Amino acid sequence: MRALNRKLWRDLWLMRGQVLAIAAVIAGGVATLVMSLSTYDSLVETRDRFYREYRFADVFTRLKRAPDSLGARLAQIPGVAHLETRVNAVVKLEVAGFYDPITGVLSSLPDSGEPLLNTLHLKRGQWPAPYSTDQVVASDTFADAHGLEPGDRIHAIVNGRRKALTLSGVALSPEYVYQIAPGAMFPDFKRYGVLWMGRHALSIAYGMDGAFNSVTLTLAPGANAQGVIDRLDDLLAPYGGVGAYARRDQFSNRFLAEELKQLRTTATVFPAIFLGVAAFLLNVVVTRLIATQREQIAILKAFGYRPLAIGAHYLGLVLAVTLTGVAGGVALGAWFGHGLANVYMEFYRFPTLDYVLRIEVVAIALAVTVLAAVAGTLLAVGRAMRLAPAAGMRAETPVVYRATVLERLGLQGWFAQPSRMILRHIERRPVKSALTVLGIACAGGLMMVGNYQRGAIDFMVDVQFRQAAREDLKLAFIEPTAGRALFELAQLPGVRHVEGYRDVAANLRFGHRHYRAALYGIEPEGVLHRSLDRALKPVRLPEAGVVLTDHLADNILGVKPGDRLTVELLEGERRVLQVPVAGVTRQFLGVSAYLRRDALNALLREGDVVSGAYLAHERADAPALYARLHERPRVLGMVAHASAIASFYDTLGEFVLFFNMVATLLAATIAFGVVYNSARIALSERGRELASLRVLGFTRGEIAYILLGELGLLTLLAIPLGFLIGTGLCGILVIVFESDLYRLPLVLEPSNYALAAGVVVVSALVSGALIWRRLGRLDLIAVLKTRE
Amino acid sequence: MAVASPQCVFRARGLTKVYTLGEVQVHALRGIDLELYAGELVVLLGPSGSGKSTLLNILGGLDTPSGGEVYYLERNLSAADEDELTRFRRDHVGFVFQFYNLIPSLTARENVAAVTEIARAPMQPEQALRLVGLGERLDHFPAQLSGGEQQRVAIARAIAKNPAVLLCDEPTGALDSHTGVIVLEALEKVNRELGTLTVLITHNAGIAAMADRVIRLSDGRIVDQQRNADKCAARELSW
Repeated sequence: MRALNRKLWRDLWLMRGQVLAIAAVIAGGVATLVMSLSTYDSLVETRDRFYREYRFADVFTRLKRAPDSLGARLAQIPGVAHLETRVNAVVKLEVAGFYDPITGVLSSLPDSGEPLLNTLHLKRGQWPAPYSTDQVVASDTFADAHGLEPGDRIHAIVNGRRKALTLSGVALSPEYVYQIAPGAMFPDFKRYGVLWMGRHALSIAYGMDGAFNSVTLTLAPGANAQGVIDRLDDLLAPYGGVGAYARRDQFSNRFLAEELKQLRTTATVFPAIFLGVAAFLLNVVVTRLIATQREQIAILKAFGYRPLAIGAHYLGLVLAVTLTGVAGGVALGAWFGHGLANVYMEFYRFPTLDYVLRIEVVAIALAVTVLAAVAGTLLAVGRAMRLAPAAGMRAETPVVYRATVLERLGLQGWFAQPSRMILRHIERRPVKSALTVLGIACAGGLMMVGNYQRGAIDFMVDVQFRQAAREDLKLAFIEPTAGRALFELAQLPGVRHVEGYRDVAANLRFGHRHYRAALYGIEPEGVLHRSLDRALKPVRLPEAGVVLTDHLADNILGVKPGDRLTVELLEGERRVLQVPVAGVTRQFLGVSAYLRRDALNALLREGDVVSGAYLAHERADAPALYARLHERPRVLGMVAHASAIASFYDTLGEFVLFFNMVATLLAATIAFGVVYNSARIALSERGRELASLRVLGFTRGEIAYILLGELGLLTLLAIPLGFLIGTGLCGILVIVFESDLYRLPLVLEPSNYALAAGVVVVSALVSGALIWRRLGRLDLIAVLKTRE
Repeated sequence: MAVASPQCVFRARGLTKVYTLGEVQVHALRGIDLELYAGELVVLLGPSGSGKSTLLNILGGLDTPSGGEVYYLERNLSAADEDELTRFRRDHVGFVFQFYNLIPSLTARENVAAVTEIARAPMQPEQALRLVGLGERLDHFPAQLSGGEQQRVAIARAIAKNPAVLLCDEPTGALDSHTGVIVLEALEKVNRELGTLTVLITHNAGIAAMADRVIRLSDGRIVDQQRNADKCAARELSW
């Protein structure tokens, strides 16, 4: 078969433009597959190793305060392998030269030696000296954001007292792979920091001497996690325990898990589109190739080549194209994967991210691609195998054209002859024309998917921060405080408006479903913090009952207005109440339950009490206001929205840019692949016809119109279809990516559509230009002399 | 000159062939009885549509008859399935077509090799090409060869496997008279030197002079058969 192999390579070389275009589409699919799967593998492996080597706990809980002696009893709970008690303090931090409010968490370390659980990976510096009173280890995100190095000093306001702290080291923790302030919407490395310091020094400063307020533990093999959690909750209830949760509900870990889920989705949806398009292109090209090589097939059969040998020959050609694409795709995918992994490292902090490209991933890519390619071409190859040699030798009967629908409707007068040729050609092969339109449309759709996140995030931010949470500053008191504190806040410089809120952790139950959420008591007619209905109009909170965010009501608890919800309050007397669901509100970030503040105060059997306040203030007075708030010992966390949003966009920018680049590249590849191949095939099928027209006196422009006009028409048809496909795909992704952490709204902006149409049109124009050059080289004499 | 050998290579009885082309039925053969003998050079003569190509295709195992029987030696080709026909063609038949039907992406040598690679006892591709006078043009692609040269590559390809039968469908149909003669000389030489039964289809009566036997077809029937008492050499032909 050596001669036949040589024919294969030369055929490939002759078709190199088309081969490359198809290989590029395949490479696009394989690249997304390899990128997603390898990044997924890398993240999972890195995460698991980090969790294992740094002894990430299985169960977490916090409480108000319990004596150290209780720790030993907790460790006796059956199923507990290791248990560690800690002191965690939420504090205000000061970094010289930075005036925005910074919220910090000070977490205790054993006074000597490493923690039993959740130990730290020191990036720089060292552990605090044993029993040191002022040395701390800072999280790397915070240290890097402020350019802090071991030896630098910062200050913390602990329990109202300003305490100087010296950085001994900079570290990463498995507990804070994704670092985000409680109650914040986005990570903000400058305004939120985690610090670790010796237990003794922290206990003294925080008034926790001989006590603890945080417990983490690991489970013994085979232990029942829920059993341990229930027992732990029972034992800690008298000490203000707010309910333990397993690792899967740990905040940082949850975010990571959601991200991994998205990667898996990316690994299926995108390659499926690419490989579908590639299969179609291969089908078109191989069908045409076999048609042009009918006589060659016939002669090979005449000389005794078996159908199987013929089939193998053409499948070999398909496989050669496929393998070229897979090879390119794996290389590109590894490159994208590296890039993506690095982008992830901005958000998710691991000691090192070891990029792994498992051989299984390559094998999957290869298997899936070969399957798609063979499936796409089997029909054409089968036809070659079945071709009777005598039939192959006869000239093909002229293809049957007929008048188009438009002409049967009597509209032919509207179209000149060339336009009629275009329409007849499209109508003669409706399936192929439809698939061409679909292929191009997929490119447009893909482009929209690559860009929709930006619009969705803009919209989310707009709804969240300009319509729902319109405060400039959200602050939390160190503990629930009398409502009159609000009047004092209103007197501070630049404050325009103050609204108090009361929040409390609660277990919400409905039937067998339950969810731990924050119950927010807000002002019923607040102007700063409002909840919005499904049409995004502000909702006036009813006298009685709770209003739930849509995701919580619809997807998590399955309740509707009118149902009665069981609410287990996790503070104070830990009352269990039946509360009616009064309404459902729309919210894209997090899930919560809202009710009137006075109603919540009543449920908690307390007077006019607030946990914190929302403030609107004059922008110019911000530094003075921050300074005054900083001095107030009862004011704890502060989140300034404007700066948080700005810093989020900074980080997000890189992410979005990366995705836009990849999507544009891939969508352009598909659009170009489809249009160029269709044009080349049309040229090969109709070269004779076009040359004849040239001989008859048609200009190059006129024949180009006949050939490219068809593709132009199909491309134009494809654009609106692409919008539809894009909207559909975005809709699917929005549903798939839904979680209680956030839901992306399906918001497509004119720029999304414009970009999608733009990429398609430019790709079509480029392939049109390439075909235009070929039309110039049409050999009129040769075409007329040879037999079709 | 050459005397018909007594061995009968092909024997056909009552061959018919009906095609359905679109909505029309074409009776290509209407009852053919025929014997062809080893070493013969036979010319099938007839206007287009007379059934020559159909007959040739059936003899060569490219097509099957609608009725009647055809034997190659003891083998009944009319009852053979696709697999048997493929084996028959692979082992015994060489074809030459009007439009050469070379594979454009393979050189002369490679076009011949494509066949010798699957043959049982082939000659070297170079040897076959030398036999048709193309020893110097082994590595040229079809597009770099003239029509006559391309047809001679096709002949080399057909004979390289040492077939028992050489079937030529209008081998000079696309060539001018001068080039056509060169091609016919090549066929004549193969027939003479290798003793291959050679069947040559043409509608060009001038070529009939080089045959041992001339069979005339018209409208799917044999209308005349005659043996050439004094056949002339190909180089003396012209049209």
